[in-house]
Amino acid sequence: MNVKDRVIAIIAEQAVLEPSDVTMESTLDDLGIDSLGLVESIFAIEEEFDISVPFNANEPEQSDFDISSVATIVAGIEKLISEQTA
Amino acid sequence: MKRVVITGAGTINALGRDVPATLEAMREGRCGIAELEFRDVERLAIRIGGQIKGYEPESHFNRQQMALYDRFTQFALLAAREAVAQSGLSFHGDLADCSGVVLGTSGGGLNTQDENYRSVYEEGKNRVHPFVVPKLMNNAAASHVSMEMNLRGPTFTVATACASSNHAMGLAFQMVRSGACSVMLTGGSESMLCFGGVKAWEGLRVMSKDACRPFSANRNGMVQGEGAGVYVFEEYEHARARGAEILAEVVGFAMTSDASDIVMPSKQGAARAITGALRDGRIGRDEVGYINAHGTGTAANDKTECAAVADALGGQADRVMISSTKAMHGHCIGGTGAVELLACIMALRDGVIAPTIGYEEPDAECALDVVPNEAREAEVDVVLSNAFAFGGLNAVLALRKV
Repeated sequence: MNVKDRVIAIIAEQAVLEPSDVTMESTLDDLGIDSLGLVESIFAIEEEFDISVPFNANEPEQSDFDISSVATIVAGIEKLISEQTA
Repeated sequence: MKRVVITGAGTINALGRDVPATLEAMREGRCGIAELEFRDVERLAIRIGGQIKGYEPESHFNRQQMALYDRFTQFALLAAREAVAQSGLSFHGDLADCSGVVLGTSGGGLNTQDENYRSVYEEGKNRVHPFVVPKLMNNAAASHVSMEMNLRGPTFTVATACASSNHAMGLAFQMVRSGACSVMLTGGSESMLCFGGVKAWEGLRVMSKDACRPFSANRNGMVQGEGAGVYVFEEYEHARARGAEILAEVVGFAMTSDASDIVMPSKQGAARAITGALRDGRIGRDEVGYINAHGTGTAANDKTECAAVADALGGQADRVMISSTKAMHGHCIGGTGAVELLACIMALRDGVIAPTIGYEEPDAECALDVVPNEAREAEVDVVLSNAFAFGGLNAVLALRKV
């Protein structure tokens, strides 16, 4: 599985949905993922890719990590993987 | 119903080793938050806290005591000694039998757990010290205070996360008010600043890496502290008969549960606790001059708390002063309400309102008078202390000038 499919699998599990129900355009809100679900998803992502995601729940909009949609999350993770495994 | 007064106060926290030093720091708006110092701190992403630096247990306790006293128990004992000394009480006979201890803590002997788990899991040792259990148990602090002071009535520990101390003090208040007890030692203690303690908090992603800035638009999370506050709650006639100095009267208390979310605060739950404390103390909204806020510096707490205060106090919310002293001493978790009650007593007795330091940018969602950055002189007759815990558990105390 590529990064995108692995991220979608994590998000789908958190949202209790099938991966096919999670599109790149989906927002966490659309998927019914609340603040605790988000923090748990980020933890799962860090474990899956062995990376550290800079995310502070107090200032999500100011984090380098953009959570506004599945696409931005995937892009953020791809960037972190290239930076942190370089 | 009996009247309940405070006749002794004690503390140790990042701002000071006793009450006078802490109040002086609060008046000056000093920040006790600095780089954390403990084993493995370099493996943490969060490396600041309100840690009590240069603390040497051996200057207060002997070797046998240190083998039994976790850091949170030591803090509770030091605060209790100061409080009881100020009250002038000693406990014998009937007074000992109808006096007790209610203390709050969230983590209990967390340092003891951390050290011993490290020893058996990381270092592979197969033997631990025989006193690990009595050292780490949550009621250890309350029990040792009862033993050292000879308090033989009701003694127990309350654990409601960040509201533990306020719940503890509220119960102590009710026990003295009802006539069940003559004197209660109450407050709380916490010492979570160890690798495991901070690592767990880090996971929640609500901690700030640089500073605690309650109510400020650029706030970015909470900063942990440690320490204890202990008070002597005494039945009014008992205190008067012996000519005790009275620091303040405890007049109202209420507790509510949000019954909604395990971490997100609720405006309604908080407002019901504030309103309940006023009703319990027969206090008019216009009488409230100062509120020591829960004010954690997280995005969620501060705006919810301000909205709750606005709902509960109506027009008085525009006049009341509300400050969070957590920016100075850090969030002392289960001991925090007890450390913060000092700011309430200072407001009533000295007419000095402790500031909210670290305040940099107004936030439209926290548009109350948060006493930014500098202490203020003001005469107030009634003050509130807010505590709103994870788990949706809220506890608000009301104090009045005597």
